Amino acid sequence: MIVSMTLELKDIPGQLVLALSPISEFQGNIMSVVHQHDEKTPRGTIPVQITFEIEHSVLNKLIDRLEKSGVKVARVGEERLRSTVSVILIGHIVHSDMGDTIDKIDSTGFAEVVDMSLSMPAIEKTSSAYLVINAIGEKELGKALDIMREVAGKKDLLLIEPIRLNSVGS
Amino acid sequence: MRIVNISIIGFGAVGQGVARSILSKQEYLKKEGIDLRVVGISDSKGSEINTTGIDLKSALLRKKQKGSVGSNNALDIIGDVEHDIVVEATPTNINNGEPGLSNMRLAFKSGKHVVTSNKGPLALHFNELKEAAEDNGLFFRYEATVGGAVPIFNLVHETLAGNTVFGMEGILNGTCNYILTRMSEERMPYDLVLKEAQELGIAETDPAYDVEGIDSAIKLVIIANSIFGLDSTYKDVDVTGITKITPEALELANRNNYVVKLICEAREGKLTVAPRLVPKRHPLAVGGTLNVASILTDLAGRITISGRGAGSIETASSILSDILYIVRNS
Repeated sequence: MIVSMTLELKDIPGQLVLALSPISEFQGNIMSVVHQHDEKTPRGTIPVQITFEIEHSVLNKLIDRLEKSGVKVARVGEERLRSTVSVILIGHIVHSDMGDTIDKIDSTGFAEVVDMSLSMPAIEKTSSAYLVINAIGEKELGKALDIMREVAGKKDLLLIEPIRLNSVGS
Repeated sequence: MRIVNISIIGFGAVGQGVARSILSKQEYLKKEGIDLRVVGISDSKGSEINTTGIDLKSALLRKKQKGSVGSNNALDIIGDVEHDIVVEATPTNINNGEPGLSNMRLAFKSGKHVVTSNKGPLALHFNELKEAAEDNGLFFRYEATVGGAVPIFNLVHETLAGNTVFGMEGILNGTCNYILTRMSEERMPYDLVLKEAQELGIAETDPAYDVEGIDSAIKLVIIANSIFGLDSTYKDVDVTGITKITPEALELANRNNYVVKLICEAREGKLTVAPRLVPKRHPLAVGGTLNVASILTDLAGRITISGRGAGSIETASSILSDILYIVRNS
């Protein structure tokens, strides 16, 4: 899951490291850190917004660790559905129960079909659909695509995925 | 002046293109100090041999008028005529690679370098042929097999030497690219565009080889074996063609700033040919009959090259370049 947190740090040296190192220790992947030194809270602390990807199961342990080390966790929010992918389906989409296809993605809890356009030229002809799938992280998006591939295979639909080399080794 | 003797085995569009290119490049070759002589030409019906060099102009004329380059069948050019380089330009046969496969084996056995445009033998027996060349201290060059004029193998093996290549994505079949481009731009159905392509000579009468993705898969296999050091054949490629694609799907893609292209992908040891969504501004989004290959490397990052993937002279460009490579390096 992707989490965004607002932490409050004491205005003394070494506090940012104190806040970030537990995230790495719990295998979190830090995506952004916004550290605004000139915006103090009424309590005299410095707010820091951190966004990171982490396993759901260790989130509470992480919060405990931060609090114990003197970092105040002012806000925790889940950044839902940050990753997105577009696909096209071709075939007898409506007859093969489009609702069920979408349900299979939505019921995962980590991915949703957030947009769909359908084009049906004539009753006997194959239809085409453009779908946007969002997921909470890249890994989950990959799983959602796996589900789409399986469903497309079973229902004899052609699934057109985006090119993907951009992510290899970079 | 260095005399280099070559044979042209297979005198169809590619073989004739090679002859024409050699004729048109006489001045250039002279400047390079190379006297390139074609000592043997053969096609499916006959052959001509002249150890002091065949008059290419009249050979081309004979082919045009009589349908064959000559009636001489007594000698086997590859095995029996003394020369340096065999240009193997017989048609691709994906079932058993013949006659190209036997031609290449014989060439290496009799101590001749091979330059080829023939995909069949490479898609079926790449490593065997590569080893046969190495064991005999000979060159085996095949730039023309993939991407026509686009220098994919030279780029990776010579220009990008030292880089580790992570993956490759590309469009390696001009016929499919033409069909998808026309369908998308004119909103025409697949069947109609295919007919148009056949009338223009861009698609074959039996289009299956192109539109089912077979040709793309064969080229991907050659890339996988040559660039990624795999030992793969056509059967290892997961292939989906373009026959099911609708104009509506292309329109939906277009509205969302995508085009659909038949993409060959080699990535993490997996080989896939399938229609894919390509962002309109992406370097892979080339139109018409163009081919393109995008290579992701560790040092150089992403390198993309694009150009004409078919045509007699375009393919001859790659063959001539391979011949000159051998001349300069042997």
